[in-house]
Amino acid sequence: MNGCGVCSCGGPASDADLMQRLDETIGQYQSVPGGLIPVLQIAQGIYGHLPEPALLRICSGLNKSYSEVAGVVSFYSFFSTEPRGRHTIRVCLGTACYVRGAHRVLAGLKQALGIEVGQTTPNLQFTLEVARCLGACGIAPACMVDSVVHQSIKPNQIASILQSYE
Amino acid sequence: MPTTTVRPSSPTDAAARQGQGVSMIKLTIDHCEVVVPEGTSVLNAARLAGIRIPSLCYLEGVHVVGGCRVCLVEVEGAKALQASCSMPVSEGLKIRTATPKVRAARRTVMELLLSDHEGDCQTCVRSHDCEFLAEARDLDIRELHFTGAKHRRIIDQSTPALDRDSAKCIMCRRCITVCSDIQATGALWAQDRGFECVAAPAFGQMLDRVACVQCGQCAAVCPTAAITEKDHIERVWAALSDPAKRVIVQTAPAIRAGLGECFGLPAGSLVTGKMSAALRRLGFDAVFDTNFTADLTIIEEGTELLMRLKAALVDQKPVALPQFTSCCPGWIKFAEHNHEDLLPNLSTAKSPQQMFGALAKTYYAESIGCRPEDLYVVSVMPCTAKKFEAQRPEMNASGFQDVDAVLTTRELGRMITQSGLDFAVLPDEPMDQPMGMSSGAADIFANTGGVMEAALRTVWCLVTGQPFPFEKLHVTPIEGLEGVKEMAITIPSAVPEWSFLQGQTLKVAVAHGLANAEKLIAQVQSGQKAYHFIEVMSCPGGCIGGGGQPRFTTNEVRRERMKAIFAEDEGKEVRMSHENPAIAALYEGFLGAPLGEKSHHLLHTRYHPRGMHH
Repeated sequence: MNGCGVCSCGGPASDADLMQRLDETIGQYQSVPGGLIPVLQIAQGIYGHLPEPALLRICSGLNKSYSEVAGVVSFYSFFSTEPRGRHTIRVCLGTACYVRGAHRVLAGLKQALGIEVGQTTPNLQFTLEVARCLGACGIAPACMVDSVVHQSIKPNQIASILQSYE
Repeated sequence: MPTTTVRPSSPTDAAARQGQGVSMIKLTIDHCEVVVPEGTSVLNAARLAGIRIPSLCYLEGVHVVGGCRVCLVEVEGAKALQASCSMPVSEGLKIRTATPKVRAARRTVMELLLSDHEGDCQTCVRSHDCEFLAEARDLDIRELHFTGAKHRRIIDQSTPALDRDSAKCIMCRRCITVCSDIQATGALWAQDRGFECVAAPAFGQMLDRVACVQCGQCAAVCPTAAITEKDHIERVWAALSDPAKRVIVQTAPAIRAGLGECFGLPAGSLVTGKMSAALRRLGFDAVFDTNFTADLTIIEEGTELLMRLKAALVDQKPVALPQFTSCCPGWIKFAEHNHEDLLPNLSTAKSPQQMFGALAKTYYAESIGCRPEDLYVVSVMPCTAKKFEAQRPEMNASGFQDVDAVLTTRELGRMITQSGLDFAVLPDEPMDQPMGMSSGAADIFANTGGVMEAALRTVWCLVTGQPFPFEKLHVTPIEGLEGVKEMAITIPSAVPEWSFLQGQTLKVAVAHGLANAEKLIAQVQSGQKAYHFIEVMSCPGGCIGGGGQPRFTTNEVRRERMKAIFAEDEGKEVRMSHENPAIAALYEGFLGAPLGEKSHHLLHTRYHPRGMHH
């Protein structure tokens, strides 16, 4: 989350500002059937992830139990209760990428970043994930950093790819 | 072609009960013509016609999701097999319930479920009443063709009342529906997905971290041993075999109307005498009745109500009204989690179980010359939350934990079976005195509306000095399975002590199932409704439908158990709590007056806000 989201000052938003934006969102969806998922998506946009205070606020605002909201959050892999990195790396482990060495790419990324799949670097720069198929089998092995696809990656290219996002 | 016509008065389907005005649907099931009311499910239409379609996740009127797929049937004209539990009948439907295709599909579904189940059936606590095992047996599954990944095993023994084992869960989600929809508690939901998926508190936390009320309705509806009560059987056997301990037992009113089902007797069998005989043979030194302290509860709680009314009407003092009953530990914990502002409205009277424990280790221990630390108090309850209540830190009025162990009805049934007793041929034996003496008003504590009726009988008689003006003393508007019940009763004349109540109309309400209580509370808090006294019982039907009662508790079973309780009440010579001579003797010889100093210390308690998540 860059900037306070209210003005263009570029500074971090206060907890109260974030909660106010969450409350406005909850207010908009309070009487919308199926409103939970959009509220969670917007909340994740506001906070960068879904912290417990935000989830509890959503529970009371939408009159749902914490177990139900947690059930939805834990079902979808795109929801995260942990702070996420500024960039998300998704290594494709689909069949084509796998046979062309994706597991070596993944191992190299884990080593370079010092984290496991699903984790975020301590400086909140990168979150490492895997994907089942990016639909880019012709350029295997592939990975995506945010919305950019990197193709035919060799383990020795990892450092320079990461560097371009520092 | 044989035709089965099912009349609208059939109790089995919700639509059927609506009676008049429901149109009838004709369909064919396995070449038989069946006529059933509109809205009936194919599954129920078949059952009414004498064909039992297997099912696992289905819970009539509660959980109808077609999730487990065991109830598949063939529908003429439909490409795929259909889940019969969630398919309503329609005119001219042609159903086949046992074709090779159907049988093969059901077996595959069952085998897949079995392949992901921790199947230690020989040693499993549910081996005798496991629905899952019964369905597998009925489908004649002899071989499992699927091996491979299994769900993760999470064992949760964090709470005093309930244990969970996710490896035995078949994800039917009955527990989730009951916890959310019937109990408005929402402690459980499906967390994560695929093989990671478990029915659990938020993010897989342990149950003691969330606002679970320990009512055990989840354990009551679980088809396997994925949720069970915390077992107290071994500790009771240990106490019974300890020569240094004097071990006494109290039995809640609902046990006598449920225990027989553990031994194959029909629902509603009244087994008070056999139960006493069995307990004596298990080795208990004295067999007492929670009913005794149910009568005492009425005196204390009824007096408390009258004092609150006096404070409000005569002294014009701010006082918390309506007063809520406090017998049900699930309701108390629910209020502590969700309604901090209502805690002053809860009667301070302890539940009958805890009044019994406190008196056992003081009054009774003194009377027999036993040190309280040498007395071991066991209670038999239809309830799992009573296990939680017994270990609340404030429940030690005697200086020791007042109630040492709590057995559910099911656990007592297992102990009797373990001991080799042939329950059916046991003689009828009375309970011991003095704490085995009770009025009929105490018996009806087991039913929804019963605590209120018992309180009204006594309050009416004390205030008016007149006989209770209801046929057979039953206040029918607050009886039965309606979720929220209410009534108003005007006091025509009052004895001098309570003259301020003359001409007043006492308004009372009764809710069972915490979701119903939640509705009632919302109406009271919004000002839409006003009452003086409200009874809440967590479990549908009250304690006769408790989370510790023999499985399986349907509405039909609830009605039968309620009838048995009323029969017990009507068979008693004394029908009013204040006429119980043992209670009078207790006040005269030990307690002094209701709400007196000794009562305050032994029989009353405090409540603590718990917040939403612990």
